[in-house]
Amino acid sequence: MNPVTVKNISRKFGKLEALKEISFEANQGEIFGIIGPDGAGKTTLFRILTTLLLADTGEAAVDGFDIVRDYKQIRKRIGYMPGRFSLYQDLTVEENLSVFATVFETTVEKNYDLIKDIYQQIEPFKNRRAGALSGGMKQKLALCCALIHKPSVLFLDEPTTGVDPISRKDLWDMLIRLKKENITILVSTPYMDEAGLCDRIALIQEGRFLKIDTPAELTRKFDKILWAVQSNAMSKLLADLRNHEKVQTCFAFGETHHITMDDSSLTIIELQKYLSRLGHTDIEIRPIVASVEDCFMNLTAKESEK
Amino acid sequence: MNVITAENLTKSFGSFTAVDHISFEVAQGEIFGFLGANGAGKTTAIRMLCGLSKPTSGKGYVAGFDIRKQPEQIKANIGYLSQKFALYEDLKVWENIRLYAGIYGIPEKKIGDRIDEILTRLGFENEKEVLVKALPLGWKQKLSFSVAIVHEPRIVFLDEPTSGVDPATRRQFWELIYDAADRGITVFVTTHYMDEAEYCNRVSIMVDGKIQALDTPKNLKKQFEAGNMDEVFHQLARKARLNGD
Repeated sequence: MNPVTVKNISRKFGKLEALKEISFEANQGEIFGIIGPDGAGKTTLFRILTTLLLADTGEAAVDGFDIVRDYKQIRKRIGYMPGRFSLYQDLTVEENLSVFATVFETTVEKNYDLIKDIYQQIEPFKNRRAGALSGGMKQKLALCCALIHKPSVLFLDEPTTGVDPISRKDLWDMLIRLKKENITILVSTPYMDEAGLCDRIALIQEGRFLKIDTPAELTRKFDKILWAVQSNAMSKLLADLRNHEKVQTCFAFGETHHITMDDSSLTIIELQKYLSRLGHTDIEIRPIVASVEDCFMNLTAKESEK
Repeated sequence: MNVITAENLTKSFGSFTAVDHISFEVAQGEIFGFLGANGAGKTTAIRMLCGLSKPTSGKGYVAGFDIRKQPEQIKANIGYLSQKFALYEDLKVWENIRLYAGIYGIPEKKIGDRIDEILTRLGFENEKEVLVKALPLGWKQKLSFSVAIVHEPRIVFLDEPTSGVDPATRRQFWELIYDAADRGITVFVTTHYMDEAEYCNRVSIMVDGKIQALDTPKNLKKQFEAGNMDEVFHQLARKARLNGD
């Protein structure tokens, strides 16, 4: 049996449907990413799977145990790092770690190997109060605390939100190392560029999974023609591209704009001429491979057409 | 013309120097990206520029006012938006605009027109009477921005305005930023999305309290021989980490 199996989970808060018929399975030792914006339902799903909240309908099992009937078993077996900082601010780094170890009836020494790589980075500050740590170090300590009892499934709810790009990369390096210990990791993030680091991802929007796939397959299945366009006047270019009848969508993507088209009736040369006529210079147009962010936007646009 | 000038601006907390002699200028209508790792000193610097915290040493002028001596005039001439919405959930869309227009001292006679103008710009004509708590997250964020600049300030400070927002809304938000800059409002913005750094006219990167790089994204990429702003950022911030964290 897979370590996480979810069948038709739904949950309402008053009239708001936070989760609608969510189903998926995560495999042993897999990093399964749940990718979507704030308010999409990521935290609600995590709270249900960690037995902190009941679903209205549907069923799920974690590590072979039912999330309702066997909640006590599940709590012993999983690690959970909630989105908001979960540590005791007035205890030191070392004290936080030993509190978590004691609660789970183990010792820091017993599973030290598992956290060693991460803990060594914060060890110089072991006598500092957790509340006085920088954002990146807090995340590292929280991860150590979630791992100290060697969980079989690790739930990380937005571990990188509001964290700078360097600390984000550090954290992902650690997750990839943990995978080798055969720990199954469920991780949520609003950063689309982190999706590529997961084995499989689910794109979530307004309480529904739009797609579950490997990042490579997801981007390969992108069903539109996609070009990157640049010129000397990027702000005007956005409007001019949107006004072209054959261009379906146009969005800024860093130093280029990405445009999508349904068919291949427009050629690069034609578009180049069109833009030149409108006064653009230094025009560059090239076909590109879709990113996860392109896919997400394409899927959400389709949803809103329905 | 410069609307922000910082000369050796410094802030110390005890023996810790959070902001260490930073100097820069921002021109009218410019979109200025203020980047840095967590704990690099960005928030402390912004608080000084907004007149909320007095510098330990150095000088700063915002919208022509001295940040040491004229914090109240500064507050009246700037807009500010952070990740957390400053909207009142139990008020309607138009009531929120009305409230902030009053707080920022817009004359009574002009408020009606201003409300209509904002609703049109956002395409919210049909949501005028809707309670803010019923709006989707992305719409709230766009409304927050419009409310932060309801008094057409000379400068608006945006502190990670797009954190956690969905990809389409994130881009629509940047189009609002462009629109404000076109109207002459200077935009001072922080972000952890490196693609957004590309949308700024100029970008500064703060490391351990100091500004380590300041130029257009194009020149920074050339200077650091990097393919994109993400690489530029990594090169600078990694260096800091090696020097001890």
